[in-house]
Amino acid sequence: MTRRGIWGTTSFYVLGGGLAVLFLFPLLWTGYASVAPHGATNQQDGFGFGNYATLLEYDSGLLRYLWNSAYVSVLTVAFTLLLSFLGGYAFARFKFFGRDTLFLLTIAILMVPYSTLLIPLYTQLGDIGLRNSLFGLALVLTLYQLPFAVFMMRISFEAVPKEIEESAMVDGCGSLRVLTRIMLFAVWPGLITVGLFSFLAAWNDFIAPLILVSDADKAVLPVAIANLRQQSMGAVDFGATQAGVVVMALPCLVLFALLQRHYVRGFMSGAIKG
Amino acid sequence: MRYSRKLAGAAYAAPVALFVLVFFVAPLLLVGRMSASDWPLLAGDLGVNLPDNYTAIGDNRLFWPAVGFTLKYTGIVVVILVALSLGLAVLVSGTRKGTGFLRTAYFLPTTLGLASASLLFFGFYSPAIGPLDPILQGLGITDEPISWLGTPNMALLSTVVLIVWKFAGFFMIIFLVGLQAIPPDVYEAARLDGASRWQSFLHITLPLLRPALGLVLILSITGSLLAFDQFFILTKGGPDNSTVTVVQLIYREAFQRFDLGAAAAVSVVVLLALLVLNIAQFRALRRDR
Repeated sequence: MTRRGIWGTTSFYVLGGGLAVLFLFPLLWTGYASVAPHGATNQQDGFGFGNYATLLEYDSGLLRYLWNSAYVSVLTVAFTLLLSFLGGYAFARFKFFGRDTLFLLTIAILMVPYSTLLIPLYTQLGDIGLRNSLFGLALVLTLYQLPFAVFMMRISFEAVPKEIEESAMVDGCGSLRVLTRIMLFAVWPGLITVGLFSFLAAWNDFIAPLILVSDADKAVLPVAIANLRQQSMGAVDFGATQAGVVVMALPCLVLFALLQRHYVRGFMSGAIKG
Repeated sequence: MRYSRKLAGAAYAAPVALFVLVFFVAPLLLVGRMSASDWPLLAGDLGVNLPDNYTAIGDNRLFWPAVGFTLKYTGIVVVILVALSLGLAVLVSGTRKGTGFLRTAYFLPTTLGLASASLLFFGFYSPAIGPLDPILQGLGITDEPISWLGTPNMALLSTVVLIVWKFAGFFMIIFLVGLQAIPPDVYEAARLDGASRWQSFLHITLPLLRPALGLVLILSITGSLLAFDQFFILTKGGPDNSTVTVVQLIYREAFQRFDLGAAAAVSVVVLLALLVLNIAQFRALRRDR
């Protein structure tokens, strides 16, 4: 190796490694802080799960909040998948009145700030009895997934060769049979990407549940943990807060480990869009 | 056959159409009506009062400071994020051993939610259990604890650090995808022509990265202008209302001052401002191509 090459390699590892330490440190710290002994937390002596025990007992209980978050996230994923699967097929393969307008309108959701829609949605959901309801919250979260999801499913359907479909049609299959018997298997990577992103968005969302859901026992995890921090004024339970961060982060990290490829796929489609 | 195919297409699109109509178009119309009405949170619609809600915006003592702060925050975040994430992407675009590990390390914070990350840094910056002061004092860099969120400037700086930490890996991936789309023989040709590495970066990489840069700019500018979670959780707008963003102002008008009309008016102004900005950005990008 040339002197220049050694220099380059060394500085690469020093710089890259140093930055990696900076990026990983807060993540490692929160894991450590959630189990480490500290006078200001409920984990007084030795390492252990005292902070997690606090969380289990807190208000409506950790399990309740976990259930709320999981319920909202799964509903959001289901709604998003169903709408974008049907819609993507329609946009990619059919010509019908208002097609381009509807597509543009769906993408335009991205242009409207969250808060601008949440104020009227607060009133409207109240009118139809869906305010303070996790079901109503999932509908609103679905709305914000639609631009990406419909776009993603449209390009997924467009990437499937038309011949496959046409030969099935010749054999007498209707479009619904083509969709459920053939297309479903051709576009499943797109569906996984859409599902992953909508799950993460719903699981992590903060402002929509903060505004739309007020009952303490219907709170989703991020709101519950933020409340936990605010309620004990003067004596914030930092240990329990960090335990809460770990509980919220774990599913995201596991999904990342399992579905890395689909993460990048989502970004790639974003890059094409730009 | 043609006709029935048209019908089938419309049928498949119907759920999306219905959904967009009920949860997007209808609220958009309603927010316009709200902004023109006297509409307290509890009493509901008390009739049109145009243009009171709009003229009241200028009189709101927090409005201009919030606009100023949001713009300042956006400027700082976008410059640092673009520079750092591009740097990271160049750093890990090669094939050296360990590159995969570095990419994962930089990307991991992105997998967290913004609220989770903000709660993490709420503890991270706290004098009670935060690790920064013990480390800095242990190394002999500082003698006294630093108040990470105590002054307006420190609160801004600390929040910027959180956001850069959380999003740099995300934007790095966008740049990385852009870098990998550049064919290697372009660099080879430049090298044969005697271009230095820095010259090829400046004259080949940067121009070809324009689409990726455009996407990063749009996402980071819009995201920062609409900042809410991080300030709501980390600074609560403090100290002394110095870190109140525009979206926080909307939230306060609606749910702390119980005035949906006023909140709707600010929302409409924000929507229009963003619309103009986005159109300008799209135009600029189109022209460049």
